[in-house]
This record gives sequence, structure tokens and C-alpha cells, in this order.
Amino acid sequence: MSKIGVFVCHCGENISATVDCAKVAETAANYDGVAFSVDYKYMCSDPGQNLIKSAIKEKGLDGVVVASCSPRMHEPTFRKACAEAGLNPFMCEMANLREHCSWVHEKGEATTQKAIDLVRMLVEKVKYNHSLSEIKVPVTKTALVIGGGIAGIQASLDIANTGHKVILIEKDPSIGGHMSQLSETFPTLDCSQCILTPRMVEVAQHPNITLYTYAELESLEGFIGNFKVKIRKKSKSLDEKLCTGCGMCTTKCPVKKIPSEFNEGLGKRTAIYVPFPQAVPNKPVIDRKNCTYYIKGKCKVCEIVCPTGAIRFDQEDEIVEKEIGAIVIATGFTVKQPDFFPEYGYGKYADVITGLQFERLASASGPTLGEIRRPSDGKVPQKIVFLACAGSRDPAKGIPYCSKICCMYIAKHAMLYQHKVHDGKSYVFYMDIRAGGKQYEEFVRRAIEDDGVNYVRGRVSKIYEKNGKLIVSGVDTLLNAMPVEIEADMVVLATAGVANEGAEELAQKLHISYDPYKFFAEAHPKLKPVETNTAGIFLAGACQAPRDIPESVAMASGAAVKVAGLFSQDELTREPIIAVVNRQAAPVYSSCVGCFLCVSACPYQAIEKEEIKNRSGEVIKSVAKVNPGLCQGCGTCVAFCRTKSIDIQGYTHEQMYTEVMALLNEY
Amino acid sequence: MTLGFYPGCSLKGSSREYAESVLAVAKAFDIHLEEIKDWNCCGATAAHNMNKELSLALPARILSLAEKQGLTEIIVPCAACYSRLTVTKHELSENPSLKNVVTDANGLAYTGSVSVLNIVQFLDKYIVPNLEGKVVKPFDHKVACYYGCLLVRPHEILKFDREEDPQTLDVLMLKAGATPIDWAFKTECCGAGLSVSRTKSVGRLSGKIIGDAHDRGAEAIIVACPMCHSNLDMRRDDINSYLGEKIEIPVLYITQAIGLAIGLDRKLLGLQRHFVKVTV
Amino acid sequence: MEHTEVKVSHCYQCGKCSAGCPLSVEMDYPPSVIMRMLQTGDPILEDTVLRSFSIWVCLTCEMCFARCPMSIDIPKMMDFLREKSVNEKKANPKAKEIIAFHRSFLDSIKYTGRLYEIGLFVDYKARTLKILDDLALAPKMMKRGKLNIIPELIKDRSGVAAIFKKSNKKNKN
Repeated sequence: MSKIGVFVCHCGENISATVDCAKVAETAANYDGVAFSVDYKYMCSDPGQNLIKSAIKEKGLDGVVVASCSPRMHEPTFRKACAEAGLNPFMCEMANLREHCSWVHEKGEATTQKAIDLVRMLVEKVKYNHSLSEIKVPVTKTALVIGGGIAGIQASLDIANTGHKVILIEKDPSIGGHMSQLSETFPTLDCSQCILTPRMVEVAQHPNITLYTYAELESLEGFIGNFKVKIRKKSKSLDEKLCTGCGMCTTKCPVKKIPSEFNEGLGKRTAIYVPFPQAVPNKPVIDRKNCTYYIKGKCKVCEIVCPTGAIRFDQEDEIVEKEIGAIVIATGFTVKQPDFFPEYGYGKYADVITGLQFERLASASGPTLGEIRRPSDGKVPQKIVFLACAGSRDPAKGIPYCSKICCMYIAKHAMLYQHKVHDGKSYVFYMDIRAGGKQYEEFVRRAIEDDGVNYVRGRVSKIYEKNGKLIVSGVDTLLNAMPVEIEADMVVLATAGVANEGAEELAQKLHISYDPYKFFAEAHPKLKPVETNTAGIFLAGACQAPRDIPESVAMASGAAVKVAGLFSQDELTREPIIAVVNRQAAPVYSSCVGCFLCVSACPYQAIEKEEIKNRSGEVIKSVAKVNPGLCQGCGTCVAFCRTKSIDIQGYTHEQMYTEVMALLNEY
Repeated sequence: MTLGFYPGCSLKGSSREYAESVLAVAKAFDIHLEEIKDWNCCGATAAHNMNKELSLALPARILSLAEKQGLTEIIVPCAACYSRLTVTKHELSENPSLKNVVTDANGLAYTGSVSVLNIVQFLDKYIVPNLEGKVVKPFDHKVACYYGCLLVRPHEILKFDREEDPQTLDVLMLKAGATPIDWAFKTECCGAGLSVSRTKSVGRLSGKIIGDAHDRGAEAIIVACPMCHSNLDMRRDDINSYLGEKIEIPVLYITQAIGLAIGLDRKLLGLQRHFVKVTV
Repeated sequence: MEHTEVKVSHCYQCGKCSAGCPLSVEMDYPPSVIMRMLQTGDPILEDTVLRSFSIWVCLTCEMCFARCPMSIDIPKMMDFLREKSVNEKKANPKAKEIIAFHRSFLDSIKYTGRLYEIGLFVDYKARTLKILDDLALAPKMMKRGKLNIIPELIKDRSGVAAIFKKSNKKNKN
């Protein structure tokens, strides 16, 4: 006969406010097989746990049902308590009286009866529980960092400095990300590239980091500690070992008019190109879509002038397979383009630009060498207007959230403009000023108080072009919505920060969740900002939500420490809630008939074929076998098996049937 | 073929040339426009400004009459009437209790089965497919296509063209051989119903429209609404006094421009009725 | 303001409506200010709104609604405020001509079923005493065939008049 202990928790008032806990405990005490039944205010507390431990020891309990919150909250707590008292932790089950009962119903008899029924179900199930042991799997101590912006760079360096290997992949020809495009950063007005490039070089030279640029994730398999990734190294049409980065090819390339992605379309580049002078690695790639050789079969000037013969026109993409223990996603974000805004011209006006384009104008290595000039005619604008919230905080346009960094970079842009164009007049149309970081508020005040930027509280309804000027119609809401019309030379839109183009695809390859805006989802908005719901995959930087540099760096270091923590163990323990194909005595050996439907059904490719041999080595039958290291306990195979030969430990057919019958039968 | 036709009050009176040009163009393409029998005024701006129920009951009566007459599609050249009829259809389909109140006031059955087409939708559907071969005198001028407010807003209800920088009239004029210009006042209000009660405001608003078109070299302004036409044409003196100069750009209805392009007689199209001489 | 289902509480006072409104310079309270006054729920401010000139000079051009980031149906609110303002006899005196025009227009339809322009003008001038305004316009329109001397009378005039009567039961128009 079983000796089960039932422990009903009040959870303060969370459960006891709607469920009569004392009655539940009393009723359970009368069930067959229940040797001890009690209710208590906080089962998860130390005294509560001690109650369980002493009951196990004194009453010799061989099964425990804790009727409290969701197993997702405290299953580990109670299982650990049982283990400490000498009872196999998998003999402990939880009946969810909180999320499944007290929190979703009103106080009353029916609610208490439901709680009683839930307890009864679990009591009957526990009678069929077996002792199980945790499974141990090895951990591959190599991390994969996807994305080579500041977050990816920081995470790679931090993990590499703990002594573990890192593979960093970046889809552009160089690492650096958006930070390398910036001119100066707030709130210090540091030169962005000056602080970034030392890190970029460190990454390139670090013995523990393997850098693949112009590379993307092809596929991912496996699970925490044991991932298998395929990386697609896109062909650069170059033998990197021979290339010295001399740059002859880029100087001589005859195709010179391709809009430069690094300069946000404001400058031009060649077909064989290095995105920017400080690129890491400083080796060119050939843009096959625009290269004359690949389109028409002619040219090859780069091959002719290359002093080391490094050009390889027929080089193909290479797929590299690696074994990885943990992944950090640091793929960053992008900004909306002006063609998104109908009332601002649908992208027709050359002098209406985005914040990122302004960065390129202000940057010393940009298309205008740091001078603010109009893209249309190259003149220096005497009146410049900055529009905040161009796309963000705009449910009508589908982006209700705040992009966080724009208030700060607008102040920065206005200040840079005033520093470069002393007699110029700058205006900022804003709704609110969000300057919550350290020294951020003081920075914005400097723009207003010291640099004379005109801040107008109100939004702009329309921008149109007339006689080479941009007519900006807005209001000042602090002056009874007085109209403010400005004839500007240039308009900078602080466009919304949004997820990258391929974000959804990447998330699906990685099996991680993402929100409606395609930003990747953190495991818990407050307490787990760098983890995803998929074990072993972590987030860093703006791929999770728009954020500034200090936060991205902090998040990257946070993700790195999670990875290091994972790698500090040689083995990972896994829960034994996995599928098992039965084995019986000869001559049956197993009720499995070898149809292998389960093999194709398993989403994790965790089932193999096993040959059962007799003593002479002859194969008697082929049956299915579950790999305990890969199985995730989803139960799909159990549903497919026609002979009921496969079962999940801890959730066997017997246990499930018993639970259901316990609910249906009058007790 | 036969289509239902709701002229509205302006087309019978102060914008008679619009009706003339619509009928002339339809006839040239063998389309018979059957007027809804005993139609009433849709209530226009006055009704929705003063009384919500009235503003829905009057258009509902028109739609009920069209239904009774067996019409499935009605052409509504006046943008204001088009707006009121479409909004009424929308409101009554979204709100069954409102529908009951309105049909009670009307005393007529209403199912909402009649399709309401504005002049551009009519031209696109029934004229454009056969237009190319018939253009004998391409309208070879720079034109500013003026849409006004009620053809394109609110987009969620009208679902026609786009609210900013609409293109349907421009495309039509291209087909008629014109050069539509890109300009900034395509959908800015002309002053609408304030024509009589606040003429100075109309002078200012319509003045801005004419001013911008003039600055960009337009030789004609194309409209699809009798109210807009009236403000831009009849009130030209007030516009000129706002702008401080005499601007002589004529204002044509889209059907007049198309009519000219297919070689119809100027008198047939009512061009002599305008206040600003039509020189194109 | 719950009657209209217009989500006034969503307004975050960005001012885009006022910026795009063609008539905001002629208003005592531009649309974004009207929204704020209604948001407060203060009965005195609500009264001010009903007595404002803004609601009458508004053209219902729908530009505000088209541009509003929160998709607040300001024109619908304006229609509601106008009706309420007239019913509670709070209409701004400056709006005398505008309201007179609306009334003359509706009266014309009530009697003939379709607009009779001469009737409209005469009625309007009687209400506003602006006898000389646009007087020169009439012969010009007549010359161009744009003014009908005889009104068009529809057959079911009583039907249309009945609509007016039923809709006016709640209103004191």
C-alpha cells in the first residue's frame, strides 16, 4: 500500500482566499494510500519545507503531493526538499491549486471541490510514479555569437576572456555594426569609431575568437550544451590568406556608382569594396549583384591589378559545421526609411533624411567628410529641422512603442550642427524628452541652454518642397497650438528603430520567440532580460528592443556571464522526463514492431533504430531506441506509436489514465 | 449599358456643366445613366453639422430608392454626396440599431446592396478600358490635379486611392495626354461650405491652392467635386485679392478634360459656364 | 463624451491635428486644445467647448483624423459638439452666419426635397441681414445658366418632411 503525503498550501491568501484549504487537506486524509495530510500557510518557506521533510522521515512516505502553485514556480524547490529527506525527487508531484484553480475562479463550494478533485487526481497518479535519475550530458565549451556590432563584440570578448572559445559570425563584410556608422556618441560626444575600433581589433586578434564575416547562420540543431550549427560563409570571391588589404582593387574597380550601404545611400562605393577604412577584417568582398564580371562576363580589372593574385571569381559559398554549447544573439536593429511617411513626401525629397544618414554626414569619414551638406545640391543648410517621434509612438502607423534613443541623438545632432554651422538655426519638434540615463538630462539641457537649439513642443503635420526649400508645418502646443511654419533647408527624421529584415527567419531557425514587432523575446521582462525561453540561447543588445550603447554593452556582458556559467560545468543534468521504448524478456524483447513511425515524428531527431541480437550475433529484430541526450519529452512519438511501446517517464499511459479516471469516478 | 445616376443638387444648378460633361462622356461611350427617380438632397454638410439622424436618413432614402428601382450601381459625381452616401452605408452596416432608427424615419426598406461609385471609379471602370483609341485631341497641358477632402478621406471608410499624394486623377489625365505636375496642395481643403458664410476664409484656402499650382506652372486645375470647382472658379476674385495678383488658370472637371480629349464639343461640355475663362 | 465612442483619452497632445487643420488660425481653440479640454472631464471646460467658435468654423475636412497618430475621430466629435451646442442654445455668436447658412440649406430641402439656391440665398439674407453680400453674383450665375428660377420639387415632399420631423423630435432645431 502506498504511503503518500498530501501538503496543501494556502500561499498566503492566493489560494486560501477562494479555496477552503483545510477542507481539501481533511478530504485527502481519507483517501486510500494517503498516510499524512496537512495544510499550511507557505509550503515553499523553510518551515513549510521542513514539514515535508519531517513527514517523509517520520511517516516513511513513499510519495508526496504538494497542492500549491504551478510546478513552473516551485517544482525544483519541493523536489529538492524530498531529495534531502531521502525520497527520490520524482516521487514528488504538484497539484496546481493556484493558477489552475484559485486564481481563475470565485470563492465558493465549486472552487473548493475542484481543488479537491485536482488533489485526488495527483494522489492517484503518484501511486504509479517510479524513482527516476537525472540524465547527464556533456557541454561543448564553445560559444557562438551571432552579430558583430558593439553587443556582439563585447559578448565575444567577455566570453573569450574567461578562457572559452568563441565563434563570431557577422553578415556584413566587416564587424562594427551601427556604432561604426556613428559620428559622436551621447552623452560624452566621444568619437564613436575611436572607442569602437580598438575593440574590433581586439576581437580580430584574440586567440580564443574565430571571426567569420560575410557569414550567416544556415541552420541550428540540438539543445543546450549540445548544439550543432551550420554556418554559411558567403563567397567573398577572395582568398583571404593571400589578400594583404592593400586596396588596389577597390581603387581600380570601374563600377563606382553603387549606393553605399555603410553611408546609408548618401555616398557611392565600388563593386569590389571594403565598407569603411577601419573595417575589420580590412579585406574587400565582391558584390556579385553589381560586378560586371558576374553580370556580363567581362572586366576582371581587380584580378589583374592584385599584387598577390588573391581574387577568386569562381569561389563558392562554404558551409562550415560546428559544435556549440551556447549561443548569444546580437543581431541589432535597423531604422525606418523616409518612404514610410506619406505626409513627409513618401521619400521623394532628397533633403529629408534619417538620423542614421545625418550621422554619416556628420562623420569625418563620411561622404561629405564631416560637413553637413544637403544631399540635393551639396549646399550647407542654414536652417535645419529635426522631427522627433517620426514613426515611433504612432499606433496609426503600426509602431506604438518608443524607440528610446531618438530624444538623445536628436539633441546630439542639433548640437553637432550648431558646432559646425555657427550661424545656422536648428529646430526640434518634439512631444516629450526622454533622457533617463546618466548625464542624459544635462546633455539635452546643454543643447537648449548652451547651443541655442530651438525646441518646439508639437508635431509636424506635413512637409513639402517648394523652390528648393522644405516647408515644414507644425505647431507649438505650449502656445495654444499656434502654427509654426519653417522654410527649412534640411529635415532630419528621427525614424523608428525596428527589427532587422531577416529577424523573423532567424528567430524561427533558432526556435526562439519573438514579439509582434519581430524583436526577440526575453524569458522574463524583469528578471531574465538576457535569456530566451530556449535554454542555451541568450540575447544581447538592440535585437531585443531599441537601446543605446551603454545598455547594449551591459547586456552583452550579462549574456557572456550566463554563457560562462553554463561552461563552468563539465556536465549538464537533464530531467529524466523523456520517452523510453520498452524492453521485455526474450523471445519478445520489446513490443515495438519496428515500424519507425516515431523516428519521422520526432521533432528533435532523438529516436534511432537499434538492432536486437541473440547470443550468436544474429539480428532478431530492429526496434526503436530513444537517445536520452536529445529527447525533450514532448510526447509526439507516444501519440504515434501503434503498439503503445513507447512511453514518457513520469507521464506514462498508466499514470495519465489513472489521473483521468480519478477525476471521473465518484470517490 | 445602363448605370444608376445620382446627380445631387449642385449638378442641377450651380454646377450644371459638371452634369453636362458627365452625360456627354457617358453617351460617347454608349453608357446610359438612369437618374434615381424622385431623389432628394443628401443633406451635404448642413445635415451632419446639425443633426446626426437626419444626416443618415436623407442619404439612406436615396439608397433605398435606388434599391427599389432595381439599380445595383450608382454613379455619384459630386464628392460630397459620394462621401455622405458611402459614410451612411458604412454606419448603417456597422450599427443595426441605427439602421432601424433611420429606416423608421424614412419609411423605406434598406438592404445596403447598392454600390456607390465616385466619378473616378466610374471613369476607371467604364471609360478607361476603351479610352486609348478615342483620344483625338490629347489634353497636352501641364495640369494640377486637385482631389479635395472628401474623395480620399477618411480612407478607412472610402477605401479609395490614398490619403497623401493620391494618384488616380493624375493617372487619368496622363491617359488623356496631359502632364500632371507634382504639387503640394492636392488634398488641402478649398474652404468647402464656408463659401457663402465666410467667403474670406475661402479666399485664403483656395488662394493657397491656386497660388501653389500657379507657382509650379500649371496651365489648368482638374477637379472632381462641384464645391471645389465653385470655390476655385466662382470665387476667383476673392482668391485674387488674397494672392494680390490676378491668376487666370482655368478649373476643369475631370469629365470636361476627358471630353475635350475625345473631341467633344466645348459647348456640350459646358465650358462656357465657368467664371474663369477656359483657354485650354 | 461616451456617446460618440471617440477615444478622447488617447490624445497625447502632439498637436499634429492643429498643425494640419486649415482653419486653426481662425479658431479660438485649435483641435488639440479642444481635445485637452474634453479630456479633463471638467464640466466648465466642456461648456467652454460648446460655446466655442472652433466647432463651427471646422470644415470637417477630415485632415486631423487622417494624420492623428492615435486615430482619434475628431470630425465625429465635432459633429456631436455642434449638434449639442445648438440643442443647448450655447452656439457662439460669431458663428451666426455659419449656422444660418446650415439652417437655410436644411429648410430649403425640407420644403422642396432638393436645394433651391435662390430660396437658400433669400432665407440666408433674411436671417443674417447680409443683403448686399454676393448680390452681384446672382446675375452672373444666371447668365451662365447656373441659377434655377423655379425650384425642383420632388413628388414625395411629405416623405422628406416627415424625415425632418422624426429626426427633430429629440432636437430643438
